[in-house]
Amino acid sequence: MSWPLYEVFVRGKRGLNHVHVGSLHAPDAETALHNARDLYTRRNEGVSIWVVRSADITASSPDEKDAFFDPSADKVYRHPTFYSIPDDVPHI
Amino acid sequence: MSSFDEIIAADQRVEPRDEMPEGYRKTMVRQIAQHAHSEIIGMQPEGYWITRAPSLRRKAILLAKVQDEAGHGLYLYAAAETLGVDRADLTERLITGRQKYSSIFNYPTLGYADVGVIGWLVDGAAICNQVPLCRSSFGPYARAMIRICKEESFHQRQGYELLMTMMRGTDAQREMVQDAVDRWWWPSLMMFGPPDANSPNTAQSMAWKIKRHTNDELRQKFVDMTVPQAEKLGVTLPDPELRWNPERGHYDFGEPDWDELKRVISGDGPCNAERLERRRRAHEDGAWVREAALAHARKHAREKEAAR
Ligand SMILES: [Fe+2]
Ligand SMILES: [Fe+2]
Repeated sequence: MSWPLYEVFVRGKRGLNHVHVGSLHAPDAETALHNARDLYTRRNEGVSIWVVRSADITASSPDEKDAFFDPSADKVYRHPTFYSIPDDVPHI
Repeated sequence: MSSFDEIIAADQRVEPRDEMPEGYRKTMVRQIAQHAHSEIIGMQPEGYWITRAPSLRRKAILLAKVQDEAGHGLYLYAAAETLGVDRADLTERLITGRQKYSSIFNYPTLGYADVGVIGWLVDGAAICNQVPLCRSSFGPYARAMIRICKEESFHQRQGYELLMTMMRGTDAQREMVQDAVDRWWWPSLMMFGPPDANSPNTAQSMAWKIKRHTNDELRQKFVDMTVPQAEKLGVTLPDPELRWNPERGHYDFGEPDWDELKRVISGDGPCNAERLERRRRAHEDGAWVREAALAHARKHAREKEAAR
């Protein structure tokens, strides 16, 4: 049986979100963490790492992308630029 | 770089797994939870007008705005949960009155112009408060604030645009706007909290870089930004002492009624009981939905298991 796949998320520096950087195979989460350090942060790229089993990720499907995100497409009024306010009104 | 003091001194963000003083942790949990509660309770005064808004366009806008406030509450509860607290427990603290929310939402929305004035003044004051919180020392809080601030601009602009439209209307509409401004101006100034001399926690919060400006500094900034907007709109702010002070380079303004703020915070505002009761009822009425969703998820997990 082969090692499971883990997705790797790195926090580049304090104050930033963890960002997905790639994946790797490892026998368990602890080893995945160490391997992720060696593979993805050899040059101080991070201050914190998360690993999560790829199989545990539920993702939206690319085929359904249009239908899935459609509901927000026609709601232009959610954007501040929808409202015209004269240029001489300051700070708004 | 590792110790809490070094992180704060270097103006870096504290992250959930870092060691932090118990006082800092407690302050962060309380502040983030109360901020989250304010977003959630804040849906009520405006939510009342969703079915009463005068056009489909205005209903859609207001619905979107109130939906955003629900989202803000959820971002913030999630930020609080990084410190090991549980959202259900925080909700319990809100509806049993053990944790507070912003005093502003204990005032009634008596007319439709209130929707515009809330967007302009209340969201405007929230923006003044929240922009510096994007640099607050606790990472998850600061990041939630960045998302929230991006969304607030729509809130303020839809309010101001609504008011501009009413001001171009009839005398009765202009009177409604002025009446709403008269009622919301002072409570909006109180959103920044008590005066610095009476704000015992400010010094510690500034030292921990949770807060970046004092209550009075933020209040002044809000007044300075708002007065020219009021002039353009054609409304009068209800403060006879309000005038430009060229020496200070700021507007002078009158003293809010701090006894009123105390009363409203301690539960005795015009709508406190109603807001809490409504929140409690929504939570209890929604219990069957939470249970049904869990039962549904369990059933599907069993079916999946059986199919293996
Ligand atoms: Fe909000
Ligand atoms: Fe808002």
